[in-house]
Amino acid sequence: MYTSMTNRRKFIKKMAMLSAMTAAAAMFPGILFADEQERGIPDGSNLDWKKAPCRFCGVGCGVLIGTENGKAVAVKGDPKSPVNKGLCCVKGYHSIIALYGKDRLTKPLIKKNGQYVETSMKEALDLIASKMKETIKEYGKDAVSIYGSGQWTIPDGYVASKLFKGCIGTNNVEANARLCMATAVTGFLTSFGLDEPMGCYEDIDYADTFVLWGNNMAEMHPVLFSRLLDQRLKKGVKIIDFATRTTRTSMAADRSILFKPQTDLAVANAICYEIVHNGWMNRSFVEEHCNFSKGLTDMGYGLEDGYKFTDKPEKINFEDYKTFLEDYTPEKASKISGVTVKDIKYLAAQFGDPNKKVMSLWCMGMNQHSRGTWMNNLVYNIHLLTGKISEPGNSPFSLTGQPSACGTVREVGTLTHKLPHGVVTNKEHREFAAKIWDVPVENIPSKPTYHTVEMFRALDRGDIRFMWIQVTNPMVSMPKLKRYRDGAKKEGRFIVVSDIYPTPTTDIADVILPSAMWIEREGMYGNSERRTQYFEQMLEPPGEAMSDTMQLIEVAKRMGYEKQFYYKEETHIEEVYNEYRKHHVGKKHNMAPLEVLKSQPGALWPYVDGKSTKWRFNSKYDPACSNGKDFHFYGKPDGKAIIWQRPYEPAAEEPDAEYPFWLGTGRVVEHWHTGSMTRRIPVLHKAMPHGYVELHPEDAKRMQIRNGDSVKLTTRRGEIILPASVDQRGIPAPMQVFVPFFDENMLINDITLDSFCPISKEPDYKKCAVKVEKV
Amino acid sequence: MPIKSYLAHPHEDKKEDLIEALSTIEQCEIMAAQNKDVLILITETENKAEEAILKEKLDAIKSLKLLAMVSGFNTPQNN
Repeated sequence: MYTSMTNRRKFIKKMAMLSAMTAAAAMFPGILFADEQERGIPDGSNLDWKKAPCRFCGVGCGVLIGTENGKAVAVKGDPKSPVNKGLCCVKGYHSIIALYGKDRLTKPLIKKNGQYVETSMKEALDLIASKMKETIKEYGKDAVSIYGSGQWTIPDGYVASKLFKGCIGTNNVEANARLCMATAVTGFLTSFGLDEPMGCYEDIDYADTFVLWGNNMAEMHPVLFSRLLDQRLKKGVKIIDFATRTTRTSMAADRSILFKPQTDLAVANAICYEIVHNGWMNRSFVEEHCNFSKGLTDMGYGLEDGYKFTDKPEKINFEDYKTFLEDYTPEKASKISGVTVKDIKYLAAQFGDPNKKVMSLWCMGMNQHSRGTWMNNLVYNIHLLTGKISEPGNSPFSLTGQPSACGTVREVGTLTHKLPHGVVTNKEHREFAAKIWDVPVENIPSKPTYHTVEMFRALDRGDIRFMWIQVTNPMVSMPKLKRYRDGAKKEGRFIVVSDIYPTPTTDIADVILPSAMWIEREGMYGNSERRTQYFEQMLEPPGEAMSDTMQLIEVAKRMGYEKQFYYKEETHIEEVYNEYRKHHVGKKHNMAPLEVLKSQPGALWPYVDGKSTKWRFNSKYDPACSNGKDFHFYGKPDGKAIIWQRPYEPAAEEPDAEYPFWLGTGRVVEHWHTGSMTRRIPVLHKAMPHGYVELHPEDAKRMQIRNGDSVKLTTRRGEIILPASVDQRGIPAPMQVFVPFFDENMLINDITLDSFCPISKEPDYKKCAVKVEKV
Repeated sequence: MPIKSYLAHPHEDKKEDLIEALSTIEQCEIMAAQNKDVLILITETENKAEEAILKEKLDAIKSLKLLAMVSGFNTPQNN
């Protein structure tokens, strides 16, 4: 194609500008360039601006989408949103471009004789329904499954759960949030009996110290991180980055403390030791509101098929707990973790100071951890011991990575053991769900089946024969990927994939359904702070693309469940949401009415008497507190939270003579997760075009590896070659390497390990042993 | 024909002065952040000599605290 010199120079200037914008966005999260954004708006335009939550991460920024002539042409942060207060990150500003990639899926495709053939949506849905019925007839209900996502809207997840659990009668419902948030869930449930943070983002405005536990917020949650930086400018708050790798967050923090992988367990216990032994414990709070427990140890790592683990909690007393902590003096923890005694004492003193309000923030570092539930418990221990919890600024806060990991997967309950209200193992919960779903209670099985890793193992073994994957990309994101890719391709498996673009996951599909994306349909997301946000349909989806909700409803009707899936096409989202709200009626989890969500940038549940609840379990703010005391942890029968005795245990696979480095994986600011959307946004793709392996400069020097050199990584699962990144964005500790997972052409997960936390079943993507060689 | 982009950091409370100073230079195109004290500066010069002269002009701006280059492109002159 001919490009004139003028155009070429214009393009280069544009690229230079965008490179600078990307750099600025990384240095100043939330930075706004109004001129540039307005420049993209057509002259004389009369845009129709409508609100929506951002499509990408779990922060849930409010955005305003400008549409004109049926096309989204501009995005700006919603100044009315209390989440982002008008700011956006580099992904948010470019989000609408992801709607218009050249290779958008617009027609259903069916694989015939090894080739994908276009077909009509009717034929594709007919085929899916008949294949499901056929599979159930031949292999039983538990041979069909659905694997969804934290990007499912609330209605998507709700109808999926209703179809599979309520109508078909299988608990084969899982979602990719198992790979990122399951540990946060089990952490909350074990410590408090109820899921999701007690506080909200407003805590940021009240805290004096922020402890980031293995959480690169500057890249992963840039808008929230900008709120932390803003507080530092305003009132000099302290930001402490406690991590295994030096990142942009470390560089912006007041103090960067590095620990050896997995040893955060020892340091957290040492902080508890210091709190107890220095008299910093809030004795009256602990006596009034906490119990002490211990669980089983030496649990294994889930590496073998069919692995099962059930914890056996046992009550202990404070003296038992104090004795346990003797193994975690700062000196002993320092030897395990590599963190200096001084730094451990410094961390402990932040929590111990009665005049400081402390907010803990974490995400994948603590959750993708083979002892992740324990680690979540330990951070809660610290906050409980000091009474720094459930009040403005004192807040242990688990962040999420997907727009509706909380709203859909955790609240609707699209996990094998869950129901919208409660769990499948509880008879009353099953009866409650069955009544709302209008199905016989016997339909809902009382036993969970497969968590995500085990679900893909079952597909490999042939126990599962049919899998419907919606709005997620497991053929990039699963650990030990090769096994699961080979398993999915085996004869006798039938895979349906609903997505908006071709991905390595659509490559394994027998049927590909084109999905409507985000504002091409109506829906709701729920973010990290319990905020449910509504968005209307602003655009027509391309071609025959259809929302995931409607795809499921159509298949359900074809399978004979017209009575349960009575929704009308024009009002189905409202009908589904109103039905879903019935599951959460009550002061502990009431959801805001739809008209409220339509009129404002979301509402926090429990939504009681027309008000969001900002701080749960605190009787000043939470109408569900009923014990007459200042705090009420009503998720537990006796109203008390649990301080857990959880030891340090090593990772499933640690470096040795043959594989001497640690391998950790993660994300980058430019790309969202597996990159299937952001890699189709030219400016983001050009800013971060491919994967890489970060090495510590000393390791690189010793091995004569320079920036850009090809490096071979070998683990017990396989090998991969990547370009080296030395002294660039992030700097791993010596004898550690880091690889981002966004690049489908450099599938790092082919060589990662599928060990998981035995309680949450969430894989540990941060730790396995690897050999590093210059090629 | 070099095209370069920079993040230009003004001295405290001098953002408007910096915008004004850079706006008067022909080879400079700027975009100011709405909510942070930083500007994006794009420079476009005909050759290295002109670029050197421009650099001197930039260095002389009193409101400019720091100029951090982000990217540099060089397009062939007669292509």
